[in-house]
Amino acid sequence: MKKTIKYPFTLRQIKELRAGDLVRLSGSVFTGRDRLHKFLAEGGQPPEDMQASAIYHCGPVVVRDSGKWLIKAAGPTTSIREEPYMAGIIENFGVRVIIGKGGMGAATCAACKRYGCVYLQAAGGAAALQARGVRTVENVWFLKEFGATEAMWKLDVKGLDMVVGIDCHGNNLYDEVRHHSDMRLKEFLND
Amino acid sequence: MNLVEILIELIRRTTSDLPPDVEHGLRRARAAEIDDSRAALMLDAIITNVEIARRDSVPMCQDTGTLTFYFSVPAGADCVRLESAACEAVRCATARGLLRNNTIDALSGSSIDSNVVEGDAPVCIFRYHEAREVTVHLLQKGGGCENVSCQFALPDETLRAGRDLEGVRRCLLSAVHKAQGYGCAPGVLGVCIGCDRAGGYKAAKEQLLRPLDDESSVPELAALERKILKDADELGIGAMGMGGRTTLLGVKITAHTRLPASYFVTVAYMCWACRRHAVRIADK
Repeated sequence: MKKTIKYPFTLRQIKELRAGDLVRLSGSVFTGRDRLHKFLAEGGQPPEDMQASAIYHCGPVVVRDSGKWLIKAAGPTTSIREEPYMAGIIENFGVRVIIGKGGMGAATCAACKRYGCVYLQAAGGAAALQARGVRTVENVWFLKEFGATEAMWKLDVKGLDMVVGIDCHGNNLYDEVRHHSDMRLKEFLND
Repeated sequence: MNLVEILIELIRRTTSDLPPDVEHGLRRARAAEIDDSRAALMLDAIITNVEIARRDSVPMCQDTGTLTFYFSVPAGADCVRLESAACEAVRCATARGLLRNNTIDALSGSSIDSNVVEGDAPVCIFRYHEAREVTVHLLQKGGGCENVSCQFALPDETLRAGRDLEGVRRCLLSAVHKAQGYGCAPGVLGVCIGCDRAGGYKAAKEQLLRPLDDESSVPELAALERKILKDADELGIGAMGMGGRTTLLGVKITAHTRLPASYFVTVAYMCWACRRHAVRIADK
């Protein structure tokens, strides 16, 4: 059964989620990749308040069509690249949801627990489906400085299906899967 | 259609239309999972995505990848013209939103919005063949899976991998384990045994052009392909590394010559979005 969450994300909503839960998310999300994370971690200020928001590790395919932005593809990128910056961003800007793929490290996991944040795994590469879930492009910042892929887009999304990878109770699904595969690998290499 | 239009159409198909053998592999992986499981949710999203991308002619993944054109040409073909047509096709496809602005100047970090730097991007590989027409295979491989591709130099002490097929087996399982879900599992392994380092990566990547039901004509390699495919699933990594029953969709291995001093095993990990198509261009 899927749990539904909606922006703005309350601490109560976040606390109800457990690693492994299936989640359907709606509302505003900010996209951000390597350039934005580095910028924010080095003291840059977000152009809009990010309290109780979601940050989506995503560099969309965007085209401009008669004065409007159209999102053609918007799947998650590998999150672990943002590991050096993520915990600080959660702490400083009150982000409550991270969306990406592949999971994140110990520092992010600790920050999720400490400040009340979750990490959601979107289906990697399912960019056409996720683009269809984007209802409108609400805004874009750093388009010139970072380029369209790395820019900070504010998207209004509807019904994105995801899995809780890291919850705010200290559980990390990726660690469980890795641990299981470690044991199996050892068996394979010892026979 | 002129040459550029033919190549734009090849890009459109490759970026938006997952080959049927790969889609079949995904559907089989989905059928093996329990409804309402994490792996099922991931695979359902992936399969729906494949259908939407094909129907709407939009990229199935926003990382439209490194474009590699493999040209097989008759003797005397005008390769300069073919390469510049490929560049022009990439330019047009990017402007139409079939490809993302996906090329970065490694030194300055700035975006090269056209995705074209002649002689550099897209990658064009030429080889001669007997036939009179030109055949073009296009492969689009994204950065997430490229980041988990790897190379081993045997013997490898930590893996206890020697210079034999048992050593190769240990390398391949270790590579799949290390990749976890980062390469967008369930993926495909292209593998080269032998060559020098550069040749190993090139040959391993080219294995990804083989259909998933294609078995190596070398019996011991075919057996290894089957064994790795089965054992990788038992690692339990599953779709996107969330745990599940299918970790790989295919394993394709080739063996080449090597120097007496070197024994490389090179792994090209391809995500589930194994984007490859081909087109034949008749004379003129």
